[in-house]
Amino acid sequence: MSVASEADAIRTSSVAKPRPRWSRNVSSKIAAIPMILTALVVFLGGTIWTVVYSFTNSKLLPRANFVGFDQYERLWSQNRWLVSIENLLYYGVMSLVFTVVMGFILAVLMDQKIRFEDTFRTIMLYPFALSFIVTGLVWQWILNPEFGIQGVVRDLGWTSFTFDPLNNPDTVLFGLLIAGLWQGTGFVMCLMLAGLRGIDEDIWKAARVDGIPTWKTYVMVIIPMMRPVFITTLVIVASGIIRLYDLVVAMTSGGPGGNASQVPAMYVYDYMFQAQNLGQGFAASTMMLLSVLIVLIPWAYLEFGGKKHG
Amino acid sequence: MADLSMSSAMTGPRGAKPKKAMSPRNIMLYGILIVVCVYYLLPLWVMVMTSLKGMPEVRIGNIFAPPVEVTFQPWVKAWAEACTGLNCDGLSRGFWNSVLITVPSVIVSIAIASVNGYALINWKFKGSDIFFTILIFGSFIPYQIMLYPIVILLREAGIYGTLWGLIVVHTIFGMPILTLLFRNYFSSIPEELFKAARVDGAGFWGIYFRIMLPMSLPIFVVALILQVTGIWNDFLFGVVFTKPDLYPMTVQLNNIVNSVQGVKEYNVNMAATVLTGLVPLIVYFVSGKLFVRGIAAGAVKG
Repeated sequence: MSVASEADAIRTSSVAKPRPRWSRNVSSKIAAIPMILTALVVFLGGTIWTVVYSFTNSKLLPRANFVGFDQYERLWSQNRWLVSIENLLYYGVMSLVFTVVMGFILAVLMDQKIRFEDTFRTIMLYPFALSFIVTGLVWQWILNPEFGIQGVVRDLGWTSFTFDPLNNPDTVLFGLLIAGLWQGTGFVMCLMLAGLRGIDEDIWKAARVDGIPTWKTYVMVIIPMMRPVFITTLVIVASGIIRLYDLVVAMTSGGPGGNASQVPAMYVYDYMFQAQNLGQGFAASTMMLLSVLIVLIPWAYLEFGGKKHG
Repeated sequence: MADLSMSSAMTGPRGAKPKKAMSPRNIMLYGILIVVCVYYLLPLWVMVMTSLKGMPEVRIGNIFAPPVEVTFQPWVKAWAEACTGLNCDGLSRGFWNSVLITVPSVIVSIAIASVNGYALINWKFKGSDIFFTILIFGSFIPYQIMLYPIVILLREAGIYGTLWGLIVVHTIFGMPILTLLFRNYFSSIPEELFKAARVDGAGFWGIYFRIMLPMSLPIFVVALILQVTGIWNDFLFGVVFTKPDLYPMTVQLNNIVNSVQGVKEYNVNMAATVLTGLVPLIVYFVSGKLFVRGIAAGAVKG
């Protein structure tokens, strides 16, 4: 902060006559036009527009015919939407817990001064470079009941073996989870590893001098110290989960049984671009925004609230 | 290693006793890591092996087993003959569409975001930080809420359903993360350089092209990796903002594999899947640690 104000002081003192406000930094303002348009028109304007139009009865085309909370009432009475929300909650909690716990444990293992660390990291992270479509299709094939894991085990002689998560409404979320974890844990591991490497070596020396066992040092000292890393990871993973769409499209298309693995993003897409019921799509996407804000606002408060005035 | 010169004066080896390579701890540690790696590598193995088998072998064989008879027929079919709807010219169409989408999107988005980052650090103006904050918050908002307004904007501009429309969309949604990336990088360049150039009479663009650009090639490479993989892997924007003729590779792949018509040719499906994953995988293996830096940039806040 002080450096910037110093620079400003130098800049203003070197200019003999202060120019009018608007003409300062003209090139900079022109260059920033795409950013300003994106921020104001698309991000802010687009969001407000959709929220406003979610209170209309728009069907094929958006029409400013306001009907209050009708769309929301209809939304929350739709079985498909309720299933979507329930699925997102179950999948989200499981996915968050597993990615963070597995990511942290893998990072701890990688932090034991092991050999071939780069090789291990390359292997664990490569799925993250692949799209959800590719991820979903590969796991759909591996989980194929006839030829995949189930088929292979049955061929070995265990003929009653059943492992067919994608065709069973009760277990389909676990099928999605296996693929989702495969794609995402390497990334969380990298974030956690960076956090572990950021911790002062002296902490470890002090813990060793005091004779605290390694696992206890991790639980009592290191994890509390890594709180910011955990919070950032949770926010990134959570905001990704709320958007979950491609993986479901590729693996199950929302099935089995019609809507066993539906998610909110799918509901929005179908109503906005397929069923020509824009009002429902707008209302559903506004609910998605609300769920993100529930995650985001406490985080922003924790992260920036104290610093701004400091 | 530092006490090598003193070692002649010492009577015995110093320091901690070297750990045995085969200690129970190490066996556990490497054992777990290797099991984990098997889980990570298995899908790649299955994908490639299935794509090299003929359909009869897929039906009777084990998906984990390597092919008895290697055939590249599924690859040829996936590339040039697989059908989506009425078109039967394979994934090659999607591949070229993806190239046509990715190349300009990457260039435009990086160009705009790097100038943004530069303006935000060196040429602050009133409100610039507010726009940046909106941008960053915008990156967490679900895309779904902005989809329809963007459809309207693109329709008004007359580019809805065209490749240019999709390029604009990728530029918009790539802007938050890239601007953050460039802003953080430029803030680490000493301000004295900027001031010296100002004294010498260089303006906004002069400093950008002569000083900032040459000094920040690594971050441009990071941005390139981030954007190429991100845009290549996109599915949602491809579905929403283009017409079937212009579908990118991911969308076409999904349509080929998940189509309900006809007999399922698993080997062709897997060949198509490998082909679609090939570009990001090559980028990933070539870029190595820069990829890690790119994804970590999303997590590091300035």
